[in-house]
Amino acid sequence: MKMKRPFEQAVQRHGETVLRVCRAVLGPGADADDAWSETFLAALTSWPNLPDDTNVQAWLVRVAHRKAIDITRMRARHAIPTEDLPERPSTLGNPHADENGVWAAVAALPERQRLAVAYHYFGGLPHAETAEIIGGSTDAVRRAAADGIRSLRRTYSADEPYSADEPDPADERREGASR
Amino acid sequence: MIDITTFDVAPFTIEADAISDLHARLAARAEDRGVLDIAYRTIESPVGPLLLAATEKGLVRVAFEREDFDAVLQALATKVSPRVLEAPRRLDVVATELDEYFAGTRRAFDVRLDYALSSGFRETVQRYLPRIGFGHTQSYRDVAEFVGNPKAVRAVGTACATNPLPIVVPCHRVLRTDGSLGGYLGGLDAKTTLLTLENAA
Repeated sequence: MKMKRPFEQAVQRHGETVLRVCRAVLGPGADADDAWSETFLAALTSWPNLPDDTNVQAWLVRVAHRKAIDITRMRARHAIPTEDLPERPSTLGNPHADENGVWAAVAALPERQRLAVAYHYFGGLPHAETAEIIGGSTDAVRRAAADGIRSLRRTYSADEPYSADEPDPADERREGASR
Repeated sequence: MIDITTFDVAPFTIEADAISDLHARLAARAEDRGVLDIAYRTIESPVGPLLLAATEKGLVRVAFEREDFDAVLQALATKVSPRVLEAPRRLDVVATELDEYFAGTRRAFDVRLDYALSSGFRETVQRYLPRIGFGHTQSYRDVAEFVGNPKAVRAVGTACATNPLPIVVPCHRVLRTDGSLGGYLGGLDAKTTLLTLENAA
C-alpha cells in the first residue's frame, strides 16, 4: 500500500524534529533552514510513492542527512574568499533569542559527538542506523552520543547542579526547579 | 546509559515563528516545482469556519466544520492526492470572493472548479447547480427535470447532499417541492443563513 496520508501531517508532526537535526548538523542559521526546505520539498515530491508503513520520522531524518551533506559540499565548492561579506537576512528571527545558548553548545561539540547526538537524540534514529549514515561502529557512535549529551548537560543545566549518578536530564531539571 | 526515551529535547528550543516561516517557504517552492497537488486553507464565515482546497485545475472542495476538516483532508489525500499542504495563496481569490458574497456585494463566483470528487449523475447535477441564480430557488423535482431525468428526484437530493463545493456550487438553492428546506450538509441553520442573505441582498 502506498502512502495516503495528507503530507501536511508529516510537516506538523516532524517539522520541529527535522529542524533540530538540521541545526545540530549545520548550525542554527540559513544552512539549516535550507536543509529543512530541501528535505521537505524532496519528501513531498516522493510522498505518494512511499510505502504507507514507513517510519516517517526516520525516513525524513535520513533525507535531512543527505540534504545536509549536499549543502556542506555546495558551501565548500562556493566558499570563495572575499572582502565583502554578503548581507544575508536571517530567517531565524532573532538569533539572540537562543537565551540558553543551547544551539551554540551543540555547535561547539566535536563533530562525531555532534552528529551522533543529532541523529540519535534529536532525530530518534537507533545508534546502529546513525552509525550506518555517519560511519563507524555502533559502539563508537553510542559512546560519542553519550559523551556529547554529557557535555551538553553541563552547559544547559549549568544553573541546576546535579550529581553525575542521576541519569535523566528531565529529572534533573525537575529537581533543580524545586531546589 | 541514557535511554532515548528519557532525553528531553525541550531545552533545544525552536522559535514559534521558525516553523511557520519555513512552512510558507515550502508551500511557495512546492507550487513553483509543480508538486503542490492540493493546497488548502481555512477561513471564517457567517456559517462557521470553512475549509477551502484547490488542485492546480481549480477549487476542489469547500467544507463545513461539522464535516471534520481532518476527515475532509484525509478523503482528499485518498481520492485525489496525498500531496496536501496548507498553502493559503492558491485560495486567495476564492477567499476574497466568499468574503464579498457574505458581505452581499457578490452574486456569482468567478473561479475555476475541479469536479475531481464528483462522478456520474451527481456530477451532472452539481455542474447544473450554478445555473440557479443568486436569490432564486428550485425544487429537487425541477432540477431532475432540467438535467433530463425527471424521475431522479431522490438522486438529485443525493447529489446535493454530496456536493463537494457547497456555497460556490449553490446546492442551498434547491428546496423541497412544498418549499420546505430539505437537507443541507452544512446544517439547516447554514442553509437558512445563505437563503436569507440572498433574499435580503
